[in-house]
Amino acid sequence: MSISEEEETKPQQVIRSIDKEMMDDLDALYKRTDDLDLKHELDLEHELELKQKKYQRGDGVKLEGLKDKKLRGQLAVREELIGQSANVAAKAEKWLNSVNTGYLEAEGMEKTWNYKNQDIVRSVDMLSSKKAMDLVLPELGPYTMDYTANGRYMAMAGRKGHMAIIDTQTLKQIKEFQVRETVRDVAFFHNELYFAAAQKKYTYIYNNHGIELHCLKEHGAVQKLQFLRNHFLLATVNKFGQLRYQDVTTGFMVSNFRTGLGRCDVMQVNPFNAVVGLGHSCGKVTMWKPTSAVPLVKMQCHNGHISAIAHHPGGNLMATAALDGKIKLWDLRKFEVLKTYFHHANTLDFSQNGLLAIGNGSRVQIWKDNGDQYYGRYMTHDIAKGYQVGEAKFQPYEDVLCLGHTMGISTILVPGSGEANFDTFVANPFETKKQRREKEIKALLDKLPPETVMLNPTKIGTLKPARKKEQPSQKELEAEKEDAVVAVKLAPRKKKTKGRSKPSKIESKKQESIMKAKRPYLDQQMKEEESRKKLRVTEEVQLPKALARFARKKAAVS
Amino acid sequence: MKVKCISRAEEDFTRERSQDLQRVFHNFNPVLRPLERAVEYQRAVNAVKLDKIFARPFIGAMDGHIDAVSCMAKNPNHLKGIFSGSMDGDIRLWDLASRRTICQFPGHQGAVQGLSASTDGRVLVSCGTDCTVRLWNVPDSSVMNMDELSDGTTEPLAVYVWKNAFWAVDHQWDGDQFATAGAQVDIWDHNRSEPIRSFEWGKDTVISLRFNPGEPNILATSSSDRSITLYDLRLSTPVRKLIMKTKTNALCWNPMEPMNFTAPTLLILNQFYTSQATSHVISVYCLVVSDGPLLFHCTVSQNYNHSHYFFLFKLAKANEDCNCYSYDARKLEEAKNVHKDHVSAVMDIDYSPTGREFVTGSYDRTIRIFPYNGGHGREIYHTKRMQRVFCVKFTCDATYVVSGSDDTNLRLWKAKASEQLGVIVSRERKKHEYNEALKKRYGNLPEIKRINRHRHLPKAIHKARSLRLTITNAAKKKDDRRRAHSAPGSMPIQSQRKKRIIKEVE
Repeated sequence: MSISEEEETKPQQVIRSIDKEMMDDLDALYKRTDDLDLKHELDLEHELELKQKKYQRGDGVKLEGLKDKKLRGQLAVREELIGQSANVAAKAEKWLNSVNTGYLEAEGMEKTWNYKNQDIVRSVDMLSSKKAMDLVLPELGPYTMDYTANGRYMAMAGRKGHMAIIDTQTLKQIKEFQVRETVRDVAFFHNELYFAAAQKKYTYIYNNHGIELHCLKEHGAVQKLQFLRNHFLLATVNKFGQLRYQDVTTGFMVSNFRTGLGRCDVMQVNPFNAVVGLGHSCGKVTMWKPTSAVPLVKMQCHNGHISAIAHHPGGNLMATAALDGKIKLWDLRKFEVLKTYFHHANTLDFSQNGLLAIGNGSRVQIWKDNGDQYYGRYMTHDIAKGYQVGEAKFQPYEDVLCLGHTMGISTILVPGSGEANFDTFVANPFETKKQRREKEIKALLDKLPPETVMLNPTKIGTLKPARKKEQPSQKELEAEKEDAVVAVKLAPRKKKTKGRSKPSKIESKKQESIMKAKRPYLDQQMKEEESRKKLRVTEEVQLPKALARFARKKAAVS
Repeated sequence: MKVKCISRAEEDFTRERSQDLQRVFHNFNPVLRPLERAVEYQRAVNAVKLDKIFARPFIGAMDGHIDAVSCMAKNPNHLKGIFSGSMDGDIRLWDLASRRTICQFPGHQGAVQGLSASTDGRVLVSCGTDCTVRLWNVPDSSVMNMDELSDGTTEPLAVYVWKNAFWAVDHQWDGDQFATAGAQVDIWDHNRSEPIRSFEWGKDTVISLRFNPGEPNILATSSSDRSITLYDLRLSTPVRKLIMKTKTNALCWNPMEPMNFTAPTLLILNQFYTSQATSHVISVYCLVVSDGPLLFHCTVSQNYNHSHYFFLFKLAKANEDCNCYSYDARKLEEAKNVHKDHVSAVMDIDYSPTGREFVTGSYDRTIRIFPYNGGHGREIYHTKRMQRVFCVKFTCDATYVVSGSDDTNLRLWKAKASEQLGVIVSRERKKHEYNEALKKRYGNLPEIKRINRHRHLPKAIHKARSLRLTITNAAKKKDDRRRAHSAPGSMPIQSQRKKRIIKEVE
């Protein structure tokens, strides 16, 4: 507004204009609050959309190219249903999940990895602080352990033969016993009632009262044990690098493979597809399924002895560590290395929420994905000097990392590592006896045959993609040849040039180009004929002895 | 430092008192359920196998007749009731729940060949080789509910004697008229002792006839001169006739086709159909009714109410070449579908009230259930004792199938062999629904398809089937060779749907 205009304005008008300004301000205010609401709503929508993506299990079908109207309609209905259920699931996750995921956040200049575990224990609630503990068992050697699927029970085994089952909720021991021989590994079966222990000579199956149920002599001196929960298979790898799968419901030995890569003491099951990964001393990682004697995948991951493997629960990410002092993250869809870190590790483990625990000597580091698989330090923990961490394992559905070391077992709190909300019908930490029994029956009914172990289990029930076009038939080749010749014949002649326009020259040139066009086809034909001849010769050679005398005697003639 | 750990107090996740229900928590994250596709597939395999285990279709036999059962009729007024007539002239009313005879209707001197109840369920019409048509009063449902074996028999309401033996009878779905088949097609009224009308086209015996369930005045018959004829009671002459290579034993209208097209959810389709229907109707009537514009106008105006239903009906018919053919009544020059599976003549056919499937009884001693649009049956029923099947009926709730056979028994079967009968609690029903969905989703996978399709066949039928296969293959081979050695185009390939049809007469 210019000054001259200001002078001209009358008082009434001023008042009016002030009123108007106030109104504008109010409007703006309302608008801003509206915007805030709108923004909030949009954020929420965006959040739900992101969540929905997880439940849609991949992209939908592309309906545009479909010619079949009926099929298109059916697929559209199905897509709609999938969308609806994903929406409902996302909303349920947003509003109905009762427990929040744990977190550890630094304030100001602090760094999360500088916090001591004692400080964390001190600042969390009573219930959580109880979960951090140390079991000092100095004489019974480095400990290994295993959790049940619901994370409630832990089986621990000392090298010198001490075994125990502990209820992590009440911190009471269910059973403790001594087998008086080397124990290398333990693994729970589908629930806490049974577990297998790899002992000095054989593998044994015990129940929760410590009673020996079976002795698995065929497996030999087993180094590592893994249980495939959906398949009820016990996978073992022994001193000589033999991989065996045994069905624990029927006792049937499903398969027995020689890896041929020597002694092997690193074994980890990919939870996404139940493929067993083995780490070998030559730096190779091999992946196995029970129905093939050759590995599905064999990859040279490191230049030294592989010391640990861990699989991300999502199934597409694998971490490997070796004595060459590197930790590598692998994309299991492309079998390519994503990141390489220079770090030593004796043991690796991924938590349910994707934290990576790295144990080395007496130090444990926990790394976190800072987006785009860029793993960085999240927490550090030192156990007493001189103790060697043998195995680190995250407890399912809890923010707890369990460390088995030379002086016993310790558990530390790792906020944000475990899945906060369990599903009663998948794994229930507060399972009653009746629920456990019912679940066992259900699991046995859904027991998968060994053939379902494959690299991509989402392929089951889908169509194989159409094969690429086969070799063209003789007729098609012939037609192609004709076409090429015709095209050459019809091609316009180049501009007249001096001395090259004689009719005989033109004709010869034409013939030449026709021959040129025919050439590749003729070559191919010759090649085929040759290969056919070769085949005939090899066929003769392959004749069994009894029939050889009926074959045409070529040698005698020539 | 901001820190929080997962902490679950046990009392928040377990029930307070032992009487409470267990608390249930959900997390639908797919990562928690690895291999879900494989698990689902395994469940589908289990579901299909369970179906096989529970497949016990035979419920029981009802004996009482002393000669072969020749015909049956449903009681539209009472779900549990079914009428049966036998070759010795005995007619019985059965209670399907208790599988006992409720009452008998004595009177016929020879075989009873046709039975039909009026739509209100009050009157039963029977006819037979003794040249009589008898009307009976059907006892009301209270008598049926008493569940006591009444030896009481019923007297006929009326007995009409006529000139020739009868082969079939069918009552109009809406109205007081019924039609009998014999030397000609006679239309009767309840209150008249003589036919009010007779139709004749050719000199051969009419074997079976059925009224259209949607349009009360339309009638289809099959006769021993290998023809199927359509009649309209409003016209003086038969409408059209289809002459085939083989005789047709029985026919049945699909009761649900018109409902499909009047469904309000398919508005666009609906319009499309109507327009098509009207055009067809006009063309048909133009051809049939050539005597004046007045009638023509009449028919067109009728199109706007209900009469065009008829032309959307399809009828499936049992045929002596062991196949069933479905026709569209508007378009008789080609069958809609060919249903193959039987190895001997099909004697009777009945549609399910749902219109989605039909049951056939055959001379090969089996009963088969076909989908209305499928080429092969989904089910085969047989027992060691069941002889040649003469008549089959779906019950009015589409849950059961009743068959009458040469061995004097009626047999009661479940329409779905592995269906659980009785009251099902909702959890169980949900489980069944889940299993159905799984079967549908994975039904095309070879393992599941194989288990689902497999049926044990009696040896005789198995042999007959392989023999038929040999015969048809040989015929095909011969045909192919002939075609290969004759002038190109002189022997065009004829489709299965048209093969059996000789010509259509208007």
